[in-house]
Amino acid sequence: MKYVDEFRDQQQARAIAAAIAREARPERHYRLMEFCGGHTHAIFRYGVQDLMPANVEFVHGPGCPVCVLPIGRIDEAMQLVEKHGVILCTYGDMMRVPAGNRRSLMQARADGADIRMVYSTQDALKIARDNPNQQVVFFAIGFETTTPPTAVAIKQAQAEGLQNFSVFCNHVLTPAALGALLNAEQPVAVDAFLGPSHVSTVIGSRPYEQFAEHYGKPIVIAGFEPLDVMQSALMAIRMLNEGRCEVENEYSRAVSRDGNTKAQALVNEVFELRDSFEWRGLGLIPDSALKIRQEFVGFDAEKRFPVHAQPVTDIKGCECPAILRGQKKPLECKLFGTVCTPENPMGSCMVSSEGACAAYWSYGRFRNVPGDDQA
Amino acid sequence: MNLNIKTGKVEMSHGSGGRAMAKLINELFIKHLDNPLLRQGNDGACFEVAAGRMVLSTDGHVISPLFFPGGDIGSLAVHGTVNDVAMSGARPLYLAAGFILEEGFALADLERIIISMANAAEAAGVSVACGDTKVVEQGKGDGVFITTTGVGVVPEGVNISGDKAQPGDAILISGSMGDHGVAILSKRENLTFETTIESDSAALNGLIAEMVTAVPTIHCLRDPTRGGLATTLNELAGQSGVGMQLDEAAILVKPQVAAACELLGLDPLYIANEGKLIAICPQDEAEKLLAIMRDHPLGKEAAIIGQVSADKHHLVQMQTRFGGQRVVDWLAGEQLPRIC
Repeated sequence: MKYVDEFRDQQQARAIAAAIAREARPERHYRLMEFCGGHTHAIFRYGVQDLMPANVEFVHGPGCPVCVLPIGRIDEAMQLVEKHGVILCTYGDMMRVPAGNRRSLMQARADGADIRMVYSTQDALKIARDNPNQQVVFFAIGFETTTPPTAVAIKQAQAEGLQNFSVFCNHVLTPAALGALLNAEQPVAVDAFLGPSHVSTVIGSRPYEQFAEHYGKPIVIAGFEPLDVMQSALMAIRMLNEGRCEVENEYSRAVSRDGNTKAQALVNEVFELRDSFEWRGLGLIPDSALKIRQEFVGFDAEKRFPVHAQPVTDIKGCECPAILRGQKKPLECKLFGTVCTPENPMGSCMVSSEGACAAYWSYGRFRNVPGDDQA
Repeated sequence: MNLNIKTGKVEMSHGSGGRAMAKLINELFIKHLDNPLLRQGNDGACFEVAAGRMVLSTDGHVISPLFFPGGDIGSLAVHGTVNDVAMSGARPLYLAAGFILEEGFALADLERIIISMANAAEAAGVSVACGDTKVVEQGKGDGVFITTTGVGVVPEGVNISGDKAQPGDAILISGSMGDHGVAILSKRENLTFETTIESDSAALNGLIAEMVTAVPTIHCLRDPTRGGLATTLNELAGQSGVGMQLDEAAILVKPQVAAACELLGLDPLYIANEGKLIAICPQDEAEKLLAIMRDHPLGKEAAIIGQVSADKHHLVQMQTRFGGQRVVDWLAGEQLPRIC
């Protein structure tokens, strides 16, 4: 397939692997945090780790929007349907997440709630147009990549005078999460970051420069194809070897330093910063999420329908917080693969297919099977 | 007065057991599916049986949309059950068909479906020997649901079962993966996209007859329908208590299918097929079996894709095209598109 196979080519992979093996200094260990679930997914789905030398280690970051959304927000979405009788439109991978009482949107739908899986905000608008007598709420989640389409939907709804459409806004910001990792009491022990790529098509690479400089960590904006990940690892290793702490852009086919200024303007017009937002695993992070501006308050589901969920704590023994902060690997969690599997996820990292635990389990568990007697 | 097939609709009376139902059965079902057993008009079809082993299988069809590129629910209901019977190495003989019709369903569409069923049955060499019709109120069905049950006879010396795979056996597939699922997805109401892909829906009993004649020692046959190749191989690995090692480069996925999956965030190895099979046979018979498959129109793109291994965890693993190694897991829940 054109424009895809080129980035999954085995010969190229071998060439980059050889360069990494040549340039990675044998006396040191390289801990590279891939920020996004998309990177983690690519590393495991294509077996990238098998091509890396033993002293280059991938540490998995918090960049999975489904994983970091606190359970309480899903409970609130459920209240929108079950208490206020709205049609809830959601992206597919939110459907399976167990919320309060371990009940997912999928189960709520089986119980009769009107929950529709959509592929874009345009689908949700269409559902609102087709059901003028019912309130339709779009469950908006995601990083900066998915924010502009939500802004477009709100502006479109305003232009059309769609009175029955609103947005339950849960959009979060990646630079804030990166800052939280680096600012934490126990800062994340990594040498460099492979930074978000699709997010950076919107916000550009510039927002990461402050972190590279201030915290002395090189950042490479890395595409989601396996060759992108490998090339980015090589670029990070080179910067570390040369003692440089800069932002480099591997994903230059789509990302510029300033990003998509038109999309940024649109997002600024419709959204503003929330004072603080809870991230599953990372806790409350100031200025880390967006809310709908007063000018568009009529489309804010949180204002239109009173919802309030009790905070829900993660299950005891679940290491997701430490995994999302790059402090532990899935295999270090005693729930992993025993009581926590993709069919019966306990923590957020197992819920989404992009979560680190799901990737370990679904693609990588031959490396170390839980309960195996190997040393 | 005859049924008004052109503009008529299914009515509750068509399922009531009265004259209207008799009319529907005579003017649509018997007319198109006609054969001596059906014409007996009894509650059950009575036929002679051969000595030896028989196979019985059943399959419910609830597909949406009812008509799709490369087939419809009628042909699918024949192919699905013919294939399930044939996967034991059997020669399918007869089908029974149960229809659940929704009040208001267009008779013209019903006729199209029955004609398609008749054509598929004729091509597969089976007859629909008996049937049943029920009508449910509007809103309580999805147009039409069809359940088919099939019987067949197993040739002597053939003993095929999902628990017979052994370490060292070769794993073969009969062609490209994911065509049916992508053809269906492309026509779903909220997801219309343009593709030239057609469903691979086909009866595989002809291909299987040639395979078991040439290589009677085939250990397992299964069609990778729902859950696709990945799920079906995991079923077989579990049933046989073995592991599997696949070579991704040997698994054919058409570029259009790969592109649609890429766009929707789906994995073609988990997408349904309706005209493909997996065969597992002793390694020293693999090349012979492959040649036989490739000689048949439904196996032209057959390939050896891997090998059965000894593994107490029953993992299906794969050497990726990229050069790495990964598990090919069971599908967890429904395959859902990723958001970004």
